[in-house]
Amino acid sequence: MWEYSDKVKDHFLNPRNSGVMDSPDAVGETGSLSCGDALKLFLKVNDNGRITDAKFMTFGCASAVASSSALTEMVKGLTLDDAAKLTNEDIADYLDGLPKEKMHCSVMGQDALRKAINSYRGIQIQEKPGNVVCECFGVTDLEIIEAVKTNSLDSAEDVTCYLKAGGGCGKCVEKITEIVATAKVEA
Amino acid sequence: MTTIYTDNNATTMVAPQVLEEMLPYFSELYGNPSSMHSFGGNVGLKLKEARQKVADLIHATPEEIIFTSCGSESDNAAILSALAANPDKKHIITSAVEHPAVKSLCESLEKKGYRITFIPVDRMGRLDTDLLYSSMAEDTALVTLMWANNETGVIFPVEEIAQKASEKGILFHTDAVQAAGKVPIDVSRIPIDMLSMSGHKIHAPKGIGVLYVKKGVKFHPFLKGGHQEGGRRAGTENTASIIGIGKACELAGEHLKEMGTRVKAMRDHLEAGLLENIPASSVNGERDHRLPNTLSIGFDAVEGESILLLMDQTGICASSGSACTSGSLDPSHVLMAMKVPFESAHGTIRFSLSTYNTMEEMDHIISVMPGIIKRLRDMSPFWKGSEAR
Repeated sequence: MWEYSDKVKDHFLNPRNSGVMDSPDAVGETGSLSCGDALKLFLKVNDNGRITDAKFMTFGCASAVASSSALTEMVKGLTLDDAAKLTNEDIADYLDGLPKEKMHCSVMGQDALRKAINSYRGIQIQEKPGNVVCECFGVTDLEIIEAVKTNSLDSAEDVTCYLKAGGGCGKCVEKITEIVATAKVEA
Repeated sequence: MTTIYTDNNATTMVAPQVLEEMLPYFSELYGNPSSMHSFGGNVGLKLKEARQKVADLIHATPEEIIFTSCGSESDNAAILSALAANPDKKHIITSAVEHPAVKSLCESLEKKGYRITFIPVDRMGRLDTDLLYSSMAEDTALVTLMWANNETGVIFPVEEIAQKASEKGILFHTDAVQAAGKVPIDVSRIPIDMLSMSGHKIHAPKGIGVLYVKKGVKFHPFLKGGHQEGGRRAGTENTASIIGIGKACELAGEHLKEMGTRVKAMRDHLEAGLLENIPASSVNGERDHRLPNTLSIGFDAVEGESILLLMDQTGICASSGSACTSGSLDPSHVLMAMKVPFESAHGTIRFSLSTYNTMEEMDHIISVMPGIIKRLRDMSPFWKGSEAR
């Protein structure tokens, strides 16, 4: 049993803004069925570049639903520029924290938001930059380096909590440990 | 809110009769069974009685019963003893769907240079016995297989496999933690060398296990020290719990028939009700060769932890086959070994019943589950139709 905050429980049991949005201005999708969680974020954006409405569809555990629900509440009313600055830590803070092993749910929220904003701005999202390290969850070395630097991660285990990388077959754990060590020196 | 407990493969309630038998041995009857005085010796006599009751459940003799601290200790002791007894043999055959008590130990032995063959299962959870038999080699020290799977309830053909191992002179151990008390076990008829059981799965307390070691099978103690358990497992006896598991085995023997009839009928009713009322749901494991109390059922496009937490809101206790509850991220190794599609593996729930459940409880679960699944599917991007709306 996970120790969820009251806010996480509330957003799971009473999700805000769940459901499909008719004719959204922007959509951001992340995750997959095989990964065990996925989020589809819908945004309405007005002419001034301000987010006027947000909705979500989520497949995943309680913290994935809660993170998605929180994300939609947080972005409503923000300009795209301000929304683009939201981090996974902000989502977790809004929910009074997430268990460490569940931080990847907040990362998923940040990722979907970024993708939605990019799609609105017409930025073509090419293939993920960097080289895939974790094949189970399709995580690249650059993503790992970014997560280590922004969240001050210390170990491969931490990386698994935030990005899931290494949490499947476990083959890439050694490689992740090396990347963490290098990134920490750089940070 | 009343609790409906359908998680008996995880642990069971201590039966009131079991508790009653145990209580005096926590307080006034605290003697050490090894003592010379009758105050302790009388406790020893009570242990003898308990040992007999455990032996009776599986048709063994009391001398063949060793009390341990849990099923995991029994598994570890059995496997390590088999290796110690055959120092020149470096091969173990097991399955891909074992409990972590066996799986993790085998994986660690693999790192130490042992050769481990993990026999795969098919989509129904059935063991590839042809591969198992052809894997038996000159240097095979042990075949260790669960009698019944904890997640799906699928029963392995232990009798046939034990026979084949015996013919080749290979030791055979079975983890019968889930099978004991749910299906008949008769070690006098099957050439099983070692068998593990756990108290808390059969209405005895946590912290007591059993290892059966067939008479004549060489045993190397896992825990060395005093002379307890005939020198095969040191440590002052957990007297109250041993007395508890004795009583629990007696009750399990009496309830064996009810398991195969009333409990099975409840499970079948639950299964039929859920399949009928929830679209895109499917049973994991071969239905005809399953424990009578276990139902593993997958619901497409939703995730297990979310299902469990919504069930918890209504007082229903069960388990999931999904990762999110355990800290690992892939669905359970059992469902993955069976190649259950991700779509239903992530949304798999295990219901495991006991004789304490009622048909009314099954009806309640059947009435509540469709709403829970629909609620989650309504926000799942993978649920068919969500795109179309």
